[in-house]
Amino acid sequence: MGNKQTIFTAQQLDSYQDCTYFTRKEILRLFDRYRDLAPQLVPLDYTCQPDVKLPYELIGSMPELKDNPFRQRIAEVFSDDGEGNMTLDDFLDMFSVMSEMAPRDLKAYYAFKIYDFNNDDFLCKSDLEKTLNKLTRNELTEDEVRMVCEKVIDESDLDNDGRLSLEDFQTMIVRAPDFLSTFHIRI
Amino acid sequence: MAMLIATWKHCVYVFSTGLEDEVDTFQEEHERERHRGKRRDGERAKKKKRGNGEGRKRASRAGREEEKLQARREKKGRRKKSSSDQEAEGREGDEADQPTTKSSKAAKTRKNVKNEKTRKVEKEEKEDEADDEERNRKRKKKHGSNKKEENVEDGNTVKEKAGEVKKKKHKKVVETSSEKETSEEEDNEEEDSEEKEVRPETLTPEELEMLKEAVDERKKLIQGLRGKPWAMKKKLVTLRESQEFVDKYEGALGKGKGRKLYAYKVMMTKKWMKFKRDFENFKTACIPWEMKIKEIESHFGSSVASYFIFLRWMYGINMILFCLTFGLVMVPEALMGRPYGTIPRKTVPRAEAPSAMDFAVLWDFGGYAQYSVLFYGYYNNQRAIGWLKFRMPLSYFLVGVGTVAYSYMVVIRTMARNANESGVGDDNSFNFSWKMFTSWDYLIGNPETADNKFASITTIFKEAILEEQESRKDDNIHLTRFLRVLANFLVLCCLAGSGYLIYFVVRRSQKFALDGLENHTWWERNEVNMVMSLLGMFCPMLFDVISALENYHPRVALQWQLGRIFALFLGNLYTFIIALMDEINLKREEENIVKFNITTWEASHYNISASENSTSPPVTIQPADVPRGPCWETMVGQEFVRLIISDTMTTYITLLIGDFLRAVLVRFLNYCWCWDLEAGFPSYSEFDVSGNVLGLIFNQGMIWMGAFYAPCLPALNLLRLHVSMYLQCWAVMCCNVPQERVFKASGSNNFYMAMLLVILFLSTLPAIYTIVTIPPSFDCGPFSGKKRMFDVIQETLESDFPAWFSKVFSSASNPGLVLPFILLMVLAIYYLQSTSKSYKEANVDLKKKLQTQNEENKKKNKLAALKAQMDLEEARKAASPSAEHQKNNNASPDQEDEEEDRGRSQRMYHSKNGRSPPPHRHYGQLPATRAPVPRNYPHGNQGSAGYLPSFPRENEARMHRVPSLQRH
Repeated sequence: MGNKQTIFTAQQLDSYQDCTYFTRKEILRLFDRYRDLAPQLVPLDYTCQPDVKLPYELIGSMPELKDNPFRQRIAEVFSDDGEGNMTLDDFLDMFSVMSEMAPRDLKAYYAFKIYDFNNDDFLCKSDLEKTLNKLTRNELTEDEVRMVCEKVIDESDLDNDGRLSLEDFQTMIVRAPDFLSTFHIRI
Repeated sequence: MAMLIATWKHCVYVFSTGLEDEVDTFQEEHERERHRGKRRDGERAKKKKRGNGEGRKRASRAGREEEKLQARREKKGRRKKSSSDQEAEGREGDEADQPTTKSSKAAKTRKNVKNEKTRKVEKEEKEDEADDEERNRKRKKKHGSNKKEENVEDGNTVKEKAGEVKKKKHKKVVETSSEKETSEEEDNEEEDSEEKEVRPETLTPEELEMLKEAVDERKKLIQGLRGKPWAMKKKLVTLRESQEFVDKYEGALGKGKGRKLYAYKVMMTKKWMKFKRDFENFKTACIPWEMKIKEIESHFGSSVASYFIFLRWMYGINMILFCLTFGLVMVPEALMGRPYGTIPRKTVPRAEAPSAMDFAVLWDFGGYAQYSVLFYGYYNNQRAIGWLKFRMPLSYFLVGVGTVAYSYMVVIRTMARNANESGVGDDNSFNFSWKMFTSWDYLIGNPETADNKFASITTIFKEAILEEQESRKDDNIHLTRFLRVLANFLVLCCLAGSGYLIYFVVRRSQKFALDGLENHTWWERNEVNMVMSLLGMFCPMLFDVISALENYHPRVALQWQLGRIFALFLGNLYTFIIALMDEINLKREEENIVKFNITTWEASHYNISASENSTSPPVTIQPADVPRGPCWETMVGQEFVRLIISDTMTTYITLLIGDFLRAVLVRFLNYCWCWDLEAGFPSYSEFDVSGNVLGLIFNQGMIWMGAFYAPCLPALNLLRLHVSMYLQCWAVMCCNVPQERVFKASGSNNFYMAMLLVILFLSTLPAIYTIVTIPPSFDCGPFSGKKRMFDVIQETLESDFPAWFSKVFSSASNPGLVLPFILLMVLAIYYLQSTSKSYKEANVDLKKKLQTQNEENKKKNKLAALKAQMDLEEARKAASPSAEHQKNNNASPDQEDEEEDRGRSQRMYHSKNGRSPPPHRHYGQLPATRAPVPRNYPHGNQGSAGYLPSFPRENEARMHRVPSLQRH
């Protein structure tokens, strides 16, 4: 890498630090990770803000995401185009939200988006079923899946519209003891 | 182009309007959010077209409020320039013609300034709306009427308006002629700078105040930016704008003297921020083993990694302890104290001298190691040493107290922080939801672990389903009960046996010690430590086997297991200490004898020298020849050091044999074995988190206990932790397999911390006991010659402080004052405890209330929905001729009904809020984070208001909604 100063200007680094939960070193490390995914695509000089996007196939192959059943959703939610192709900005954004420092609410908001498979701003039954099937690799029977989904909606749907809105989701998730520790990717 | 103009007009309108459109914008926003995915691409194309003009618009917006006056003068000329902006021009003309009445509505203007930035955010969204022509038109009509009012009201804030107009002008230029862009931009900037110079003198104090507030507002925005759920691009743009704004106006604030001071303050805060950030960067750079832990985390999940994080934390604490003892005790004594060999306590006795350098002796911390700074006995009781007049005994005492105090502080602080973080959820009302949304550990980055996790999640769900169906019956409750009792009985037997064994061994070793260690084998000499380590190694395994009898849920079983190991270790440790106490008493008796012998020896020696005095010069006695006492403090220190060493050795050897050798055997014998070793019986070992954590905790306990008598202990421990970090990292990565049932580490964190606290307390207890009750040895250590060790404080007070200070101290420490003070503290503790209890009760009450209300609400809602459906049916029946028509229109009447209701309720909420703005502001575009809005169903069921009275909102870095919209 040589001189690290050439990748970003000091100002860029500062603004990235303002916009994410990362320190200088971590940002540079993230950049390295990003670049390692496709060294031929990503330039070493980001001072002029090149318009580079890495396709989802590359992002999803990161060891941090590779085994995550929700990797595609994560990439889609954080990418600007909604298809999982990420710029460096999106990349930083993603790991900032997933970092240890990010507050519960921010995480909850993005978790909601990740579990909202059809992007309709509600977790409806089909979303829940998909989530559950991804979690258990389709090992549960249909009846079981249906029952669990019903239970979930029964527990968390406060306004009784048969689906979970963001409010419902947040009310539920802020009390979850493990949410912060599990919704977290160390980079 | 027409589209662009429309957009621009639209946003201009938005800026000049007040409350009335807030309701709409919220609706719009919400809807827009919902459809964003579909429209995104189209919008992007448009955005690109608008390109950097937009950015510049925003940049110059900051200045618009101050520049209107100037712009107004130029306006007429401008107007002719672009014919495509006819409509907008007309509007501007109107504006210009408005009489600038002097109604001083400072509050209003302030709000304008304040809201500026959020408006900008909104504006961005508005621009995205460009295609919504219809909505625009509607808006225009509405705002046209608002316009006049606005102008009159804002009449006196000429400058701000001027800025706005200028902004318009600027935009116009951008839109109409892109070639002129650059020149115009420069013009603008010049004007800006000119104005900046003029401004401070022309501003009224109120406006200054406003500006200050705006600047502060911006700063706050910058601070909270990272918590906003926006895309990075937006964040960056907002950041740049805010920074520009702040930079521009910050320096200009204040007048005369105040101005300079303000500028200075601003500069200092900037420097301070920079320093803080650099320091933060430095701090993270200093945290070691981040990558190692990350790797383990991705392979084994968060629970195994939690051990290593704990280990690292422990390492940090020991680092501080080490710095204290090393810097304030060992180094000063070594550098400034009397050198080795000058006085008896600093010399190896003649009898031991020949073997003092043998490795076997050194390994036992005898010989030269014993007579060095590593142990208590080496320190001299000289009050002040070296040219620094370093108060050695005092320092020794204070460091001893300080290490314990520091450890208490750190442990308790960490516990409190952990409790804060994880103190939210203990109710079980969201059982399935939590299982669904929080059971996946996002840290997992290893296929095998992921497989295990999938499997465990599946079983968890199956179990939960079974429990839910309540079909699980205990097959034979009597048998399980019997087995559990039996298991506990066996465990108790184990504990008692191990306690007795240790006591027996320690007693025997004392006998050996009396005989002289040289005539015994290695085993007999190291029996105590070896037995303790072996017990610590094998008993947990035994417990594991026993616990198989009990048939508990794994989580419960883990807790039992932990508790048993804890009891075992504690029992062992205390047996050891009791045996040690016996030994101390023995040594003290021995000391008395030696003391008597020494006086006779001295007397005889004196006689000899006196008799010879006349004939020859006095014989100098070598310090090595002077008889000396047994020095129990050094003995205790040695015992602890030996214990630590043997413990460390056992840990490492177990690791190598139990994990590495096993893994190697399993791996390579598998080729020529009759069953599958990898999948079958021996298999690879799993990482035993709880056992390792307990081992670490007890190790630390021994350090705390022994550190007073052996200042080298923290250093040793540091070494041990350092090595075990690398060794265990390596072992875990190369020969362990991920746990089959991955337990989550969270929550148990404080469990471990609590154990640590208990151990800390239990280990300081004997240390304090010995310090307070047993008089120090007469001829070794920094406190020799004193009646008690803490007399050193008294001595310092008397000789190093002025007389009045010791007087005050002694009068303050008399029982008449101390007792009431203690009483007061007890009262305070009692009071705090009772209040916390009542808070807890109130909490539980509230929770219950919340739950019942929730349920009630659900029922109500269900009823309402049903009723609505019935009503609808009736209506449909009644209007049967048009039924078909209706059906065509409303594919799903229920849904739509609900949608509408939702909208209506939201509208109500907003307008209500508009009238009385909420006390603190919300940012962001989420319509969602507010406390859930009660939905009003049309059929008279309005009793559901506020069923959720706002759950705790901890930190300000939450996602909030757009604030400006709620202000006029």
